[in-house]
Amino acid sequence: MSDSSQQQPGILAGLLAVTRRDLLLAWKRPGDVLNPLFFFAMVCTLFPLAVGPSPEQLTVSGPGVLWVAALLATLLSLNALFMGDHEDGSLDQLLVSPQPLPVLALGKTLSHWLISGFPLVLISPLLAMTYRMSTDVMGVLMLTLLLGTICLSLLGSIGAALTVGLHRGTALLSLLILPLAMPVLLLGANTVSLAAGNEVYATGIWALGAYVIAALSLAPFATAAALRISNE
Amino acid sequence: MWKFFHQWASPPHFYRLAKVLIPWLAVPGLLLIAYGTYAGLFLASPDYQQGDAFRIIYVHVPSAYLSMMAYVFMAVGGGIGLIWRLKLAHAVGAAAAPLGAAFTFLALLTGSIWGRPMWGTWWEWGDPRLTSELILLFLYFGYMALRSSIDDTAKADKASAVLALVGVINVVIVHFSVVWWSSLHQGQTLFKKGGPGMDADMLYPLLAMILGFTFVFGALLARRLRTEVLYRERRTRWVRELVLTPGGGR
Amino acid sequence: MTSKLSGKGLTLIRGESCLFRGLGFALNPGELLLLEGQNGSGKTSLMRAIAGMLSLETGEIYWNDMEVSRQRQEFHGALVWLAHRTGLKGDLNLVENLRFEAALRPQANVDLAAVCKRLGIAKLKRLPLRSLSAGQQRRVALARMLMADVPLWLMDEPFTNLDREGRKLVMELTEEHLAKGGMCVLAAHQDVDINATIKRVAL
Repeated sequence: MSDSSQQQPGILAGLLAVTRRDLLLAWKRPGDVLNPLFFFAMVCTLFPLAVGPSPEQLTVSGPGVLWVAALLATLLSLNALFMGDHEDGSLDQLLVSPQPLPVLALGKTLSHWLISGFPLVLISPLLAMTYRMSTDVMGVLMLTLLLGTICLSLLGSIGAALTVGLHRGTALLSLLILPLAMPVLLLGANTVSLAAGNEVYATGIWALGAYVIAALSLAPFATAAALRISNE
Repeated sequence: MWKFFHQWASPPHFYRLAKVLIPWLAVPGLLLIAYGTYAGLFLASPDYQQGDAFRIIYVHVPSAYLSMMAYVFMAVGGGIGLIWRLKLAHAVGAAAAPLGAAFTFLALLTGSIWGRPMWGTWWEWGDPRLTSELILLFLYFGYMALRSSIDDTAKADKASAVLALVGVINVVIVHFSVVWWSSLHQGQTLFKKGGPGMDADMLYPLLAMILGFTFVFGALLARRLRTEVLYRERRTRWVRELVLTPGGGR
Repeated sequence: MTSKLSGKGLTLIRGESCLFRGLGFALNPGELLLLEGQNGSGKTSLMRAIAGMLSLETGEIYWNDMEVSRQRQEFHGALVWLAHRTGLKGDLNLVENLRFEAALRPQANVDLAAVCKRLGIAKLKRLPLRSLSAGQQRRVALARMLMADVPLWLMDEPFTNLDREGRKLVMELTEEHLAKGGMCVLAAHQDVDINATIKRVAL
């Protein structure tokens, strides 16, 4: 029988354990990582096909298209965030775990970002190149996507927690998250556009950074509360 | 104090109180709207720039204001419901959401009609107010969709309360980001703050309309809350007695 | 009132039906609380309520005479829940699954090899759980329960999918746990043959 004198694992133990486990799971099922990436690439391909390949048009619409595609790709992967855990009962086990739930929820969110958000940031220059984006602007694009995907993962985890276990959860999740995600899209895409037009773009970066900090400090608690409610 | 509050918020008590309250809200509200409509249409002098087209503010501004008020109501109700487990507070959210969505729609509609002579188009993306209002409408849709897709009332209450709280923070962020965005694109707004001061004959009808709309909103909310309370308490004895007593259900 | 785990005036309403009203129980070290009832009578719901996952209409669960809602983490540190769904990852093997669980709790003084041998799953350590039978997966869940090394076991239909030998093993393990001063809440729709102080809650 364990007694209280035993060493309790630290506050970050739960976060690391959850992240490690989810990364291991993703490693064993690489499709979960690759599908959103393919989706991202395909949406980016749709636009030149639909509006025509004229370079002027692509340069103007590039930042917006890449950002919308990134938003949709993130949304696509969000549904699975708690779904697997809900189905095999490990979500229930997380809820009765001795670790604080917001920390575990943050671990789930972190692994989601590492699996779906971060790879997206990494391949974005490749697609930006096809939109004739200059190298400097690509850097801004990657920075905004880096901050933006963190925001989207954090926001999305709240929505995913609210809809876990519901029928038609996917459509509902989009309906909940898209209006919440609009400021992120607006800040991200317009910052890249400003950079592309050689204008001052620092405001957008600062605003996204502030968003990341606010979301990091609030979203895990909302996600934890939502998980408890959804699993009653 | 706490005991008094709980008693006040008890469903049967609230049900009776709301019945008394409704006429006291509805009658002054409708009178104010009647005055505001008359004064706004006939007494107020035409705007030096917009002519008679500006008169739609007498519907647009109160609707836009209430569309945000209703969301704040939902969030505050949800917060109180989550923290103090007050069921009536959750019912406020359920009752306020469709009203808020209706006022949001009204604000969008009047804004669009107003924009037609001003911009020559029904919809102008550059206007930060209309864009924020549209996102607000989507937030209402999300809230109502979440509520309707959870069967268990208690669970739906709590889940939508979390969403409303997240949403209300978001409304503020949406507002500032949209203002920043439209400033980049030289957006044009219909109703500038800090512009030339309004004349009294324009302002008073507007204030009357805002107040009147608020009263009517209160009456509608109380009306919807009564129905909501009755539905939620359908298994309890007081509802059964109320329904079975002849004439008691009204 | 000095029970280790107790519940008072518990009422639970799910949808249109009231599963139980004014229910109470008290449990002390070495005792087994047996939840009896037919399918759908609320055994699982009561167990979820004890674990603090369901909000009750009325009533409170107490651990060491203090409301569980006020000490959720301490309470969760003292319990392990063997649920209907195993809560194990099919893509991971036994060791990976248990390593995850172990990271969430204080270092336990239990030998993994001995536990696996006792449960008859020592040879399955490196296989993904997906490839195991339902009964074998249940045994892995039992291994997780033993590895947690905590005083309170919540067992929801622990005999599901187990063969006769497995059922006997579960009863033996429970007896040993109780003899060491542990506690057990067990929901079952069949009779159990456990030699200990049994308290019953009929639902």
